Amino acid sequence: MKHYLVLRVIAKLLIPFMLLFALYVQFHGDFGPGGGFQAGTIAAAAVIFYALIYGLPNARKVMPSWLVEAMIASGVLLYAGVGIAGILLGGNFLDYFVLSADPVAGQHRGIFWVEAGVAITVSGVMLKVFYMFAGRGRDEAE
Amino acid sequence: MISAHLPALQVALPLIAAPLMVLVRRGGIAYGMMLAVAWISLLISLLLAQQVADHGPISYHLGSWAPPWGIEYRVDALSAFVLVLVSLAAAAVVPYSRRSVEAEVSREQHYLFYAMFALCLTGLLGITITGDAFNIFVFLEVSSLSTYVLIALGRDRRALTAAYQYLIMGTIGATFIVIGVGLLYLMTGSLNLVDIAQRLPDVAERRPVLAALAFLTVGISLKLALFPLHLWLPNAYTYAPSSISAFLAATATKVSVYVLIRFYYSVFGETLVFKELPVPLVLLALSLAAMFIASFAALYQENLKRLFAYSSVAQIGYITLGLSLDSVGGLSAAIVHLFNHALAKGALFMLLGGIMLRTGGVSLHCVCGLARRMPLTTFGIVIAGLSLIGVPGTAGFVSKWALITAALEAGLWWLVLLIVASSLLAVAYVWRFVEAAYLRAPAPEATEKIEAPWSMLVPAWVLVALSVYLGFDTRFTLGGATRAAQMLFGAGG
Repeated sequence: MKHYLVLRVIAKLLIPFMLLFALYVQFHGDFGPGGGFQAGTIAAAAVIFYALIYGLPNARKVMPSWLVEAMIASGVLLYAGVGIAGILLGGNFLDYFVLSADPVAGQHRGIFWVEAGVAITVSGVMLKVFYMFAGRGRDEAE
Repeated sequence: MISAHLPALQVALPLIAAPLMVLVRRGGIAYGMMLAVAWISLLISLLLAQQVADHGPISYHLGSWAPPWGIEYRVDALSAFVLVLVSLAAAAVVPYSRRSVEAEVSREQHYLFYAMFALCLTGLLGITITGDAFNIFVFLEVSSLSTYVLIALGRDRRALTAAYQYLIMGTIGATFIVIGVGLLYLMTGSLNLVDIAQRLPDVAERRPVLAALAFLTVGISLKLALFPLHLWLPNAYTYAPSSISAFLAATATKVSVYVLIRFYYSVFGETLVFKELPVPLVLLALSLAAMFIASFAALYQENLKRLFAYSSVAQIGYITLGLSLDSVGGLSAAIVHLFNHALAKGALFMLLGGIMLRTGGVSLHCVCGLARRMPLTTFGIVIAGLSLIGVPGTAGFVSKWALITAALEAGLWWLVLLIVASSLLAVAYVWRFVEAAYLRAPAPEATEKIEAPWSMLVPAWVLVALSVYLGFDTRFTLGGATRAAQMLFGAGG
């Protein structure tokens, strides 16, 4: 893709907006369509876009494989951690009511962290799938 | 305080352990965590069983949302019994795994192996403990997806096709289950099992409910390998890593049987399923076919893992046979056989894994004269085999006896003859192993002792010893199964 100047410039312009849109979808999940799953996919799509234009090795410098694997695990851990926090604060597992003095604020806080966990894991999984498909043949040749 | 949260911790503990194992990326640490998780899970399940026995069913509201709106975890006599079975199998298989995984799985994948194992345990415990129909589907997928990966990690390249075959069949099964759950939700507007059961009698339009029943029956039968939907099972058990063969043989199909019993008795109700529809007749025919055809198939296998995999299909036939009798006796025979068969099969596959480690294969010609070289392993296989046959003094006898008694209560004396006849087939296939291991001479160059390592022998022998002990002391197994059966008939009948 070295010679496609237009694509390279446009990609550089678009990627920040894609990431911003991912954050918008993530935080607007309370009020409209959106949430962690969609946001995670969009964020992963931005990295995949980068990989398509600038090549897989460059994308792996930005998002190394170990980081992607750690994202997959830590998102689940964050989700389950919210559940355990509910127990530690005297409620049931995944009880958001006790996460704040005001139960409604507690629900907001709980869903915020849970959705963050979902977004991290989903974008990790998407990238992992992409890396595995894109790396076929290349990684074995190295 | 902590005792009130045991139902959540039962599932959350392995669920949290799995990502932690991925984060530490060390096989040894992951093994240690898995060992701790498995043993604490066993402890939790025993405490839960105790609580249920003392105070009746436990209902835990996830997120403090009351059912039927929120997800409810419900532990009653039946689910407590199955929880103990699953976590006992994990507690025995994990210490065994260390040596067998070192030999069979490449080093850089060890931490992923244990993470998948933890997820598989999460799924199986979750299916059992949840009181929510859609949650059952989710946990079913958690356990199934991790199982596919675990099977594919087998050393043999055919493990990949075996895993793929299971993936296709398992996905069809899961799709049918979710269609069934969807139809139930459509007709009742609820996903909570207890709530669905209460609303079903008021549903005027019967056809979607019957369709839901049909979809669920076929889907779950695929997962529990009811003949003729068992085709995925022999390959999966044969080519999976040894410890996974043992864990799956002891738990996966058993949990599916639990789901079937749960839907039949606690959701649709015994009257609809067994009195108004010809379900018992179909179950009876398929169970008999499994008992005979799969046993005959086992007789012709050269690979011992495959031989005992076919034997599993036959033994599942006994379990569904007990179910088809539609009586407290038959149901408790089915439930007790879940446990007794799991012990024997788990022990068998663990011991076969030892043979695999030492001789490099488990075909019948590999085990010629093995009794002199691995005396403890072969003797363990013989005793577990006796339990499969149902010889008095083993746990297998207890469940066979309960089954025969239930058949006599129903006045089906010809069924008793068939049960005994199929047990003779079990004698024949176990004898093939005995003949090769004890009566044939070993190859002349191979005479030195090659007994399996202690870390593999001890867990397997614990299960063998339990199969003998539970042949005499039936308070927990038969007692627990009977209580569960009475509860189901009290609730659904």
